[in-house]
Amino acid sequence: MQALGYLRADGRKGIRDIVIVAYLVECAHHTARRIVDLADDPHVHLVGFPGCYPNDYAKRMMKALVAHPNVGGVVLLSLGCESFDREGLAAHAAASGRPVETIVIQQAGGTKAAIAKGLEAVTRVRAQMADKEVRVPLALSDLVIGTICGGSDGTSGITANPAVGRAFDRLVDAGATCIFEETGEMIGCEGPMAVRASTPAVADAITASIAKAETYYRAMGYGSFAPGNAEGGLSSQEEKSAGAYVKSGSRPIVGVIKPAEQPTAPGLYLLDVVPDGPPKFGFPNISDNAEIVEMMACGAHLTLFTTGRGSVVGSAIAPVIKVTGNPETWRRMGEDMDVNAGAILEGSATLDSVGAEIVALVEAVAGGAETKSEALGHREFILTYKSFEPSGPGCMPRVA
Amino acid sequence: MAPAIILLHADDNVVVCCRTVMAGEAISADGVDIIAAEQVALGHKLARIDLPAGTKVIKYGAPIGSMTHPVKAGGWVHMHNMKSDYISAHLRDAAKG
Repeated sequence: MQALGYLRADGRKGIRDIVIVAYLVECAHHTARRIVDLADDPHVHLVGFPGCYPNDYAKRMMKALVAHPNVGGVVLLSLGCESFDREGLAAHAAASGRPVETIVIQQAGGTKAAIAKGLEAVTRVRAQMADKEVRVPLALSDLVIGTICGGSDGTSGITANPAVGRAFDRLVDAGATCIFEETGEMIGCEGPMAVRASTPAVADAITASIAKAETYYRAMGYGSFAPGNAEGGLSSQEEKSAGAYVKSGSRPIVGVIKPAEQPTAPGLYLLDVVPDGPPKFGFPNISDNAEIVEMMACGAHLTLFTTGRGSVVGSAIAPVIKVTGNPETWRRMGEDMDVNAGAILEGSATLDSVGAEIVALVEAVAGGAETKSEALGHREFILTYKSFEPSGPGCMPRVA
Repeated sequence: MAPAIILLHADDNVVVCCRTVMAGEAISADGVDIIAAEQVALGHKLARIDLPAGTKVIKYGAPIGSMTHPVKAGGWVHMHNMKSDYISAHLRDAAKG
């Protein structure tokens, strides 16, 4: 692999060098967005948390994101009276070796003054990033890669998802860290999944996470099943689950992690995204980008996104590679799709050939090549209230 | 030309359409010989054999729900005649309320 990464103080390597402008309450969102718009730089991304009430999950998520390997610098936008611990977040970013500046709108003197200060802060942060930039060779074993499906249909589970599974097998074999998620979309797959666990404790964690998902979704009244799934030929949660599960490939599952927990060793992980305890803040993840954000908070450098119906989303911070399983979607929405796994249905490609194509694209994107969603300017980001207990000690592989 | 349908697992009692199939179309692929009862879109399922109400629907070699109404071989299998054994799904009609 011919690519250079950005070396961070903690030893991790980024595949992008992004300045994040982060609003710490919805009241600072507009001001932060204006700063990003006026900076007019594809490497300046908007992220944030809209809530005014404190939430440990949101705090852990934001701390993980300001220290994400693809993030080189941070500008925080606070209104001034919200509960978010802006000093703690700024201190965490600074301790991670990143330049960080905080703009408090009430202290700055209002919207216009905060925008002007914010633009100056972005310029200063960029200059400091350039001064301390260290480029180092990048290998697949340096990468954390997530996968998610969105807008699934009857083709996803037989083309795009198993092709990503083949890519995951190759990536794990090359020493990468791979994450699959959405335990609510694994309901019905818990038996075969637990068999793949590398230890009995991990098997127990898998079984418990799926049981939790089923209980939680039952309480919410719905499974993770959208109208478009049905229009695309899927008839039940477990049919969607079986198709989604094959994204994980065939390698052993070495750990079960929760959002903002960092994998301790390479290998394949299940990310448990369903909150602990009784339903408190609503649906586990209100849309696909909420899951991408959680994988990023676990260190994912990029995401493999499979879609049948044709999702167009990208993400702030970490590039999204979109793989469509539906040849009709490829013809209709090819400008948004990076890989056509629908060719498998038409007989002009195989699961292995598409898997290899995905790995080659991961290497190219890690080396700086733009994905379709990056080039189109997609920078989606969403973070909402959730609550989790920390994972038990048996959920992670032991570090040798 | 690509086949009309794919049989994903030997134990399956449904097949998946690789393209839109037409009503009355004779389909012969993967050792399955059926006549499509109606027009069915890419990604949707056809019954491989007659499926009485209550039958487990098998796809990928695994149960994906149960028939709520009977369907003949070659008929469309979807939410009008099958349901999840786990948890209910929501449709656009429900959102219109």
